[in-house]
Amino acid sequence: MDTLISLADGFQTALTFENLLLALLGTFLGTMMGALPGLGPSNGVAILIPLAFTLGLGATPSLILLTSVYYGAMYGGRISSILLNIPGDEPAMMTCLDGYPMAKKGMAGEALSLSGIASFVGAFIATWGLILLAPQLVKFALLFGPAEYFALFALAFATLGGVSSTNQAKSAFAAMLGLGLAVIGVDTQTGVPRLTFGEVHLYDGLDFLVAIVGLFALSEVFIFLEHRHGESSASGAKVSVGRLTPPWKMVKETTPTMLRSSFLGFIAGVLPGAGASLGSFISYSMEKKLVDRKGTFGTGDPRGVAAPEAGNNAAAGGALVPMLALGVPGSGTTAVLLAVLLSLNITPGPLLFQNNPDVVWGLIAALFIANFMLLAMNIPMVGLFTRVLMIPPRILMPIVAMVSFVGIYGISGSSFDLLVMIGFGLMGWVLRKLDVPLVPIILGTLLGNTMENNLRRAVTISNGDYSVLVGSPLAIGLWTVAIVGFILPLFLGRFVKARMHARRDDEGSIAD
Amino acid sequence: MAFKLMRAAIAVAALTVATGASAQECIAPANPGGGWDFTCRQVGKSLQDLGLIDKTMQVVNLAGGGGGVAFAEVVNKRNDDNELIVAASSATATRLAQGAYPGNTMDQVRWIASIGADYGVIAVAANSEIKTLPELLDKIKTDPTSVSVAGGSAVGGWDHLKVLIAANAYGIDDVRSVKYIAFDGGGEAVTQLLAGSVQAFTGDLSEAKGFVDSGDIRVIAVLAPERLPGEFSEFPTAKEQGIDAIGANWRGFYGPGGMSDEAYNEWADKIGKLYASDEWKQVMAANGLAPLDLQGAEFQQFVANSVQQIQDISRQIGIIK
Repeated sequence: MDTLISLADGFQTALTFENLLLALLGTFLGTMMGALPGLGPSNGVAILIPLAFTLGLGATPSLILLTSVYYGAMYGGRISSILLNIPGDEPAMMTCLDGYPMAKKGMAGEALSLSGIASFVGAFIATWGLILLAPQLVKFALLFGPAEYFALFALAFATLGGVSSTNQAKSAFAAMLGLGLAVIGVDTQTGVPRLTFGEVHLYDGLDFLVAIVGLFALSEVFIFLEHRHGESSASGAKVSVGRLTPPWKMVKETTPTMLRSSFLGFIAGVLPGAGASLGSFISYSMEKKLVDRKGTFGTGDPRGVAAPEAGNNAAAGGALVPMLALGVPGSGTTAVLLAVLLSLNITPGPLLFQNNPDVVWGLIAALFIANFMLLAMNIPMVGLFTRVLMIPPRILMPIVAMVSFVGIYGISGSSFDLLVMIGFGLMGWVLRKLDVPLVPIILGTLLGNTMENNLRRAVTISNGDYSVLVGSPLAIGLWTVAIVGFILPLFLGRFVKARMHARRDDEGSIAD
Repeated sequence: MAFKLMRAAIAVAALTVATGASAQECIAPANPGGGWDFTCRQVGKSLQDLGLIDKTMQVVNLAGGGGGVAFAEVVNKRNDDNELIVAASSATATRLAQGAYPGNTMDQVRWIASIGADYGVIAVAANSEIKTLPELLDKIKTDPTSVSVAGGSAVGGWDHLKVLIAANAYGIDDVRSVKYIAFDGGGEAVTQLLAGSVQAFTGDLSEAKGFVDSGDIRVIAVLAPERLPGEFSEFPTAKEQGIDAIGANWRGFYGPGGMSDEAYNEWADKIGKLYASDEWKQVMAANGLAPLDLQGAEFQQFVANSVQQIQDISRQIGIIK
């Protein structure tokens, strides 16, 4: 009952003219970002962070804008998967498997609208899951002392590579690089500056927002400068959509699939580190095992479109649970959102629900509103977004560059930050060429300090006894999941990856 | 979208250029939303409401290096500016004392006035067996490993130093033995106190207030010279428990070192008038600020003393040599 009252308060916060407008803007821009291959949800949110700060938005409106972008990008990813067989973002990879064959059969419109409905169902169920689970997890949060938090962070890093990455060693390398970058700055446990070289700008450590915008947005521009082709993603390909409503029979047939996939996707999202790619992957494989008796999956089966879309959108909602309740992001994009929260002076975690209920419930209400907007936007207006695929990068990329520079300068007013951003942009460019995923770097930079501090707190409290790290059942449980999550993909990896990457091209250096 | 974004960007660029030079300016050395930002904005607004300045005070956020970026900017580039003040607090003094602003010292700027203070508290969980400050310090004295004290600032930061000031006053000679665990902010430290990971909390009264109201924690000492007014009067001071320790997280302003005497006195006078106004008393009450009324030379002396005290303790715990 309390939950419903809080939710009603949340709707009151979210239903102002400004917030509705922001949600609309966010869902629109998000769908567009998602639709463009290469720009996934992490990039989408990263590119729009400067916009939120430049507009001088408060905490709740900024979050509403950015989570709408997040949900929107999850919707948008499917468009180019279905029409071009190029995943708009990594989680939409599985949608290619049946979406593109459907489009080839002349059923592109049905596939788009059906996947739109599946996305809606997934996101809707996950938002309810968030409402029910997050406050429960908050009560549970008092069980988390420094040792348990350390184990939880280790779990997030261990499962990050997982099934979705091309190369687990590269994921691990990226995470280590991020952890190394996090060391820069004054060490809070001793007050000693580390790796600052007497540069006062580095005393607070690297600003994650600057790192994120550099790594994701600017490196995108560098990649473009290098290729210089200036062609749009859809040029050459024939994009025809056809009818925009799925037949009722198809919706009815796929409903059980959507429900099962939403549930699975949500669980995959809640696990720290795993994220949306895992959600869509698990949902697809499970459906294939359960209902694919005639072997139609992979040849344009509607259920094969509904499952991954419901799964990845549900995972997007699920990933918000640990981010809000424990301050540990469940995916790359939620890591970016976490950085935004921190820079708005809001500390996610058990106290968030107590101290900033307006932020939490306003955000949740906004998710519902955004989801309905997205459904409306993605079925009748899907033709508009398919045209987005035809915007040539020579127009798009200068806008990305401009927003990045103006935005970052607007946040801090420091030219030093611009240099750091360019540095990160160059680093992102090199790493992408080496096919090293970027999300673990951000997670490492963002969580490195907290992880280190929790380790040192735990050991200081126990007077130097390291056994405290496995001193409670909760900690032991978390370590077990972490180890299994790291080792299992090593064995299953080859088999799983072959299937998952069978139909993808070279766009996937950004794992969610 | 292109046009929308571009228009927003141009508008922002235009705004940045259009802001003139002559208006009074207050630098908040942190991002919007924190204590320094509050100091600038609230004082700017109140000064204007009271008619003490005629134009809106311009607030510029210049974050970085825990205030060091702003300090260096003022010393190196704005040293003669008479229209500039910068928000400061105990954290500024602590970092100056410990040399955490490389190459800068407190003499390079002029300390103008204080606008209030947030006194330190030491608290335990509501169900703790420890009832008074001497009991807690006694426990630390006999077995330092048995008590972990949590606070929201880094080691050597102000929350840490407050506990050490109290420990020192109680006669614990080797203050290094006091086990301090640094958390990211007072809220997190209190959470761990409630979770039972640590035994005591050191922080500011304003941080602790919410948890005292909800009955989760018990304040065993406030580090003020005498009991605070209003609803805070129920908290015992350290002094009345026989421990002469005062820890105030003050808020105030400094100006550039080359500021003329005339401008310096005028600023000190204006902020003094502001402090005396009824409007400011309401602001203080609403934000849990306790009295600390110092202007001009008096404030300069106060900051010098606190820098000295912090240097002494920091040397003892080995933060500086």
